[in-house]
Amino acid sequence: MRSSLLIEIRDLAHAYPDGTEALRGISLHIRAEESVAVVGANGAGKSTLLLHLNGSLISRHGTVRIGDFQVAKAALPDIRRTVGMVFQDPDDQLFMPTVAEDVAFGPLNLKLPLAEVERRVASALERVGAAHLRDRPPYKLSGGEKRLAAIATVLAMEPAILVMDEPSSSLDPRARRTLIELLAGFGHTKIIATHDLDLVLDLCPRTIVLRQGQVAADGPTDEIFADGRLLAACHLEQPLRLQACPVCGEKSGRLPQKGERL
Amino acid sequence: MSTIESAFIDLQRLDRLAACDSAVHRLDPRVKVLITLAFLVCVVSFDKYAIAGLLPFALFLTLVIGLSGIPSGFVLNRVLLAAPLALLIGLFNPVYDHQPLMRFGTLVIAGGWLSLLSLVLRFCLTVGAVLALIATTGFNAVCRALEQLGMPTVLAVQLLLLYRYLFVLVEEGLRLNRARVLRSFQGRGLGIRACSFLLGSLLLRTLDRSQRIHLAMRCRGFDGTIHTRNPLRLNGRDVLTLTIVLAALLAMRVFDGPMLLGRFVTGLMA
Amino acid sequence: MHMADALLSPAVGGTFWAATVGAIAWCAKKVQQELNDRKVPLMGVLGAFVFAAQMINFTIPGTGSSGHIGGGMLLAILLGPQAAFLTIASVLVVQALFFADGGLLALGCNIFNLGFFPCFLAYPLLYKPLAGNGQNHRRIAAGAILAAVVGLQLGAVAVVAETVLSGISALPLQTFLWAMLPIHLAIGLVEGAVTATVVLFVRQARPEILDCAIGGQPPTARPIAKLLAGLAAAAVFTGGVLSWFASTFPDGLEWSIEQVRGKKELAAPAEGIHGMLAGFQEKIALLPDYAFTIGEQKAIGETVAHRAGPPAWPAVDAGTSVAGLVGGSLTLLLTLGLALLFRKRRAIA
Repeated sequence: MRSSLLIEIRDLAHAYPDGTEALRGISLHIRAEESVAVVGANGAGKSTLLLHLNGSLISRHGTVRIGDFQVAKAALPDIRRTVGMVFQDPDDQLFMPTVAEDVAFGPLNLKLPLAEVERRVASALERVGAAHLRDRPPYKLSGGEKRLAAIATVLAMEPAILVMDEPSSSLDPRARRTLIELLAGFGHTKIIATHDLDLVLDLCPRTIVLRQGQVAADGPTDEIFADGRLLAACHLEQPLRLQACPVCGEKSGRLPQKGERL
Repeated sequence: MSTIESAFIDLQRLDRLAACDSAVHRLDPRVKVLITLAFLVCVVSFDKYAIAGLLPFALFLTLVIGLSGIPSGFVLNRVLLAAPLALLIGLFNPVYDHQPLMRFGTLVIAGGWLSLLSLVLRFCLTVGAVLALIATTGFNAVCRALEQLGMPTVLAVQLLLLYRYLFVLVEEGLRLNRARVLRSFQGRGLGIRACSFLLGSLLLRTLDRSQRIHLAMRCRGFDGTIHTRNPLRLNGRDVLTLTIVLAALLAMRVFDGPMLLGRFVTGLMA
Repeated sequence: MHMADALLSPAVGGTFWAATVGAIAWCAKKVQQELNDRKVPLMGVLGAFVFAAQMINFTIPGTGSSGHIGGGMLLAILLGPQAAFLTIASVLVVQALFFADGGLLALGCNIFNLGFFPCFLAYPLLYKPLAGNGQNHRRIAAGAILAAVVGLQLGAVAVVAETVLSGISALPLQTFLWAMLPIHLAIGLVEGAVTATVVLFVRQARPEILDCAIGGQPPTARPIAKLLAGLAAAAVFTGGVLSWFASTFPDGLEWSIEQVRGKKELAAPAEGIHGMLAGFQEKIALLPDYAFTIGEQKAIGETVAHRAGPPAWPAVDAGTSVAGLVGGSLTLLLTLGLALLFRKRRAIA
């Protein structure tokens, strides 16, 4: 992993063909191995921003740099090897007949030797604790298992940066907890778009708030979550753990200290 | 709708059966595909009045189903479900075909009845054979076998993707339909127009999904071809089984076993 | 309607398999050349969509019964003919394997009936010219309806032709046609109306999708003419080879054709049966102990024929009938016994 890797977004704007302006001038720096949450209302531009990070969308206005590469058509193979993307609906990501074949899909496209492909499949599945799901077809997995398999398909590409869109959506509480513990153990640079602010509290020391395609706030998670007015203006709500307990009035939430693993 | 829904449940059941283990399950999928094809060709190549000649094939199929441990009731049930069409067409045979073909004492049986019976029999055999193939092999393995037997890769990939998203989209279709049926009363809202809009929105969602899948593929280096690993390998047991079974099928087709047996028995009695 | 294995003779099944394999190979090559990798997932999910769409039933006006769409014309409009043909083929493969619709041998016929006509005749010759550049809603609707109707009618005619040529069903050509065509006219009208409404709905909601979904260039006349010529050659060749095989079996392609023409309706099958009996006699002659000798058989056959009148009657043979019945019953008993044995073993295990 290249530790000097830096994500640099400068003045990025994007409008969809139907005229919707999803991003209007976003500038950001994300350091290597940082864990950043991107939050905001529906339609604030979170998903569009993520799609720019691996060149799924390339805008004519503004630039995105991943380490030494500027995101552009010529650099796409390198960018996609560096930036792994976990989609919101794992059904879109698991398209092969079995989990193992799906995990092997990326490495095979990289034209790696078969032994190396095999090693990557085994280690990626091991990493997410899904080795037993190897030969199962994706439609027979539970929601949580699907999510883990989807993450394994991305890990097999051995990216330095993990980009995730709503990783905890439609998971049951236990699967969600498993996912949070798993992600906390990863050393990758993580960029997580989510509505699950409790998850942000557990995983991301830094939060970026988007509103109508612009950065409304960018700073330490605890400061941002303490600003009730900002959150309300962006259609967000304080995580339950930071709200006073309706029974005893105590707050139980705390933020992970730098370098601490959950 | 209920029939498609139940067929869909059967689909999942077939998938579970294919995951079992038996001597038949362990055969190379290509061997099973070839045997099934040979079986089908033998069965349909019989004369339209053939009945006795088809019975050894029923014996063979029973043997295969028994060895593989698939519940025979399940296969019978599926065959019966699909039978009405063949019966419908076959019922015209006695109407149009009056040639006497068999005689027992004074009883003369018309060709139409024989060919109806023959048609039903071959229907059961052909449907049963395909069911046995899929229940012991599984769809993905059949696809892989067909690909290695020369099916174009584009079609193989198409089949794999279709099967994968069948489960996702059928559930979406069922949800949409349930939501519609719950809000329609006395047949209102079930017409062609309402249905078309429902189909239209399902189609839009499907198109969106295909774009997302394409994106997910591109993110992992997809360039138009899907590479697969683990090509199938034939072992000695597979080749031996294939040879023996093909020879047996051919023998069953060429020699009319029941007729020889019958002549032998009646000969003993005479 | 799907063709079923049970209604098919090997000659007819093989001929259509050859034609279908040729068409699939050609389409696969075309789709691969197109290099539109977006189509790979698109074809996959649209194939699955057809199944999902069949979950959604509608009531057919005036009849009280309900139906669902087949989807062939819709796929052709969304994907273009080659990709649509492959998608229809994949849908039919899944139906044949899981839903017992058709069968493996009949698959060639079914792909041809339900894929070839809508994709390579109705779509390029009717829908394309009528719908034009897709700006006029009425023209789209008219094109979709007309193309769906014609595609289904041709498919129905093909089903009838395949059934009659196979000669397993005794249904006469005309009766069968009269039964099939009006039903498929109604089905085609409904299918066309639904297809048109869906296309217009998509056009209105997301105009860019239709253009981007089609992607590839419109089909030109030349490759299709080449394809047709190739298919015809393949069909004639296999038909010839298989009918040579078939004529060594009792159910020949020739007598089916004769039956369609209406000539020698009785004599021809008699020849078939006679041929089969002659085959038995040869085999039996190898085993001289048997009670029924060849001479005896012939005598019985002749007496029956005399009593009944028409000279072209088949040789009805009591000896063969009884032996066949006894042997058949024994085989059947053996089969049932085996089935019970396996059942018992399973119950114990």
